[in-house]
Amino acid sequence: MAVKPIGIEVSLAVAEAVKLCDTDVVAAYPITPQTHIVEHLSELVADGELNAAYIPVESEHSAMSSCIGSSAAGARTFTATSSQGLALMNEMIYIAPVLRTPIVLAVANRALSAPINIWNDHSDIMSVRDAGWIAVFAENGQEALDLTIMSFRIGEHPAVRLPVSLNIDGFTLSHFIEPIIIPEKEKVTAFLPPNVTDLKLDIAKPISIGLLANPETYTEIRKATDDILLASKDTIVEVFAEFKKAFGREYNLVETYRTEDAEIILLTMGSISETAMTAVDEMREAGEKVGVVRIRLWRPFPVAELKAALAKAKTVAVIDRHMVMGVPNGPVGLEVKSLLYGAPNAPKVFNYVLGLGGRDVKRSDFKTIVARSKSNDVQKSFEIVGVYE
Amino acid sequence: MRAADVPYEKITAKTFPKGPDSLASGHRACQGCGEVLALRLLLKSLGTDFIAVSATGCMEVCTSTFPQSSWRVPWLHVAFENAAAVASGVEQACQVLRKKGKLPDKRIPVVAVAGDGGTADIGLQALSGALERYHQDFIYVCLDNEAYMNTGIQRSSATPFGASTTTSPAGSHSKGQHTWKKNMPAIAAAHGIPYVATASPAFHLDLMNKIRRAAAIEGPAYLHVYAPCPTGWRMKPELAVESSRLVVNSRIFPLYEVLDGHYVLNRKVDNPIPITDYLKQQGRFRHLKPEDIEIIQARVNQEYENIVKLSEAFPV
Repeated sequence: MAVKPIGIEVSLAVAEAVKLCDTDVVAAYPITPQTHIVEHLSELVADGELNAAYIPVESEHSAMSSCIGSSAAGARTFTATSSQGLALMNEMIYIAPVLRTPIVLAVANRALSAPINIWNDHSDIMSVRDAGWIAVFAENGQEALDLTIMSFRIGEHPAVRLPVSLNIDGFTLSHFIEPIIIPEKEKVTAFLPPNVTDLKLDIAKPISIGLLANPETYTEIRKATDDILLASKDTIVEVFAEFKKAFGREYNLVETYRTEDAEIILLTMGSISETAMTAVDEMREAGEKVGVVRIRLWRPFPVAELKAALAKAKTVAVIDRHMVMGVPNGPVGLEVKSLLYGAPNAPKVFNYVLGLGGRDVKRSDFKTIVARSKSNDVQKSFEIVGVYE
Repeated sequence: MRAADVPYEKITAKTFPKGPDSLASGHRACQGCGEVLALRLLLKSLGTDFIAVSATGCMEVCTSTFPQSSWRVPWLHVAFENAAAVASGVEQACQVLRKKGKLPDKRIPVVAVAGDGGTADIGLQALSGALERYHQDFIYVCLDNEAYMNTGIQRSSATPFGASTTTSPAGSHSKGQHTWKKNMPAIAAAHGIPYVATASPAFHLDLMNKIRRAAAIEGPAYLHVYAPCPTGWRMKPELAVESSRLVVNSRIFPLYEVLDGHYVLNRKVDNPIPITDYLKQQGRFRHLKPEDIEIIQARVNQEYENIVKLSEAFPV
């Protein structure tokens, strides 16, 4: 019997996915707009639907600390946060990958203070982009649920054993009710093997985790983590393929939309990609050769896949949802420029920052961006779109 | 069951545990370190069936330089301020995996170890959260050497009044630390947890039995352990054990337990030695004048009296 989509809020769908994965431990601290995820998880535990320990910690710093402890003890571990919460976790975020603790962290992306603002952009996750986590961005609710399940399988894979951040745009995705297929429990159980590892705190086989490294070993340990993170791309591709086999939905590291003959490509991450696609449809009707490339896998950065997706474009307009202060570039823009630098026939790269602190991202913004990108003026290659003068 | 009635296997001189230590020799602690002595005795008392979590600090640094480790039990170090939170996660993971049949159905004590800075200053929030959440198999040990010794003898909120440290130096306008030592056992006890105790390595059986009792009782336990630091206190290395004895016999550091809010004074000090006998061994107090010592003596008398009164007002 085919499973039909139901109308459900995306946050609740993520929590349902955590339940379907038989998660052992959830340690979380409430912060808007992540709250519905952890509220629903605590309900599922309270109602006996999820046999897990729910640790109501006293801060996000302790949330991630507890998650590292729980994961190091061999438990399947989940938490969720946003914005200031992720910032408070920052110290722990850098430790989790090197200790090889495959925690799954849902980030309902929200702007960082100051000024305080509870609405959506990507400044929170960009503050930890170098930490060593696998990072994926969901475009819609179905993807948020599917990626939650896949994140456990990827992170806990014996060849990976790294934490994974699942990014869903705060409010614009987390709080929307969408038609979402909730997969059958048996299929999820068949898809997701138990979390098995020898590298854990076990009184029968004691190991030490978190040792001090001096100058003669620090570089090697950091490099070992980076090597694993880079190599995890193969496992991610493999898990996406397995997921398609089991559930029929296809996922790629980079997605393309109407790019075959596109001269100008809008490069996006997250839920604004749907708005971008609608704008592209309208511009196509008006005769513009435009398309969308969406990055689903942010870390490890999908270098080859992105190069292939941009190969035929004359111009790439990279959209960033975060401002890198002091540099005329956004974080994604920087990556794309570095990726294309020195490449033969490299397209022109324009970089636009928009949608900060919950500012609406409209179809007209993408049209403005396409119009601007036709300029040959390198001086205009970076712009914060829609700033009131 | 009342915490005071929970049975546990008491160690005596005759039944002193044999066999290898859970903390192997060859670690890099300073000569005469009283902290590593206390730690080794505590771990020896528990045997091997427990999980240890260390905060960053002397005990972590001196036992775990990659690729070597002194720990013969499963051990995890994450950072400085979060040993209690990390241990919470380990403890909850063990509980749920046990419930799901993925671990043997046996209690596994999780022992978090931190210094006074990692406990009374930067780790206080994480500790408070863990105590409030009432983890069943959670033991927190504060090894109190009364300053940030690992970073070079900076003052903490557990540094005693009058002590000269590198950030509370005695000078022409300062008597060194000008605040009173934060009362961590009282703060822990205020969480209404079943077991709080103080201990000193000179009274080694008392120390070892207290962690056994902590492990036997269901619910969080807090042990505050005096940990003399010859390097940081500018004291002869051979005096660590003696100072651990004098600090108790001078009433500066009373040995007591709080069981479900009921107080037991473990060692009544009827004829206390003058506190100068304790202070004069340590260079950090060298600058103190008789009038300063009088102020400290008055405070010591008052705090000891408080514990006596509590043990009389709320006996077990």
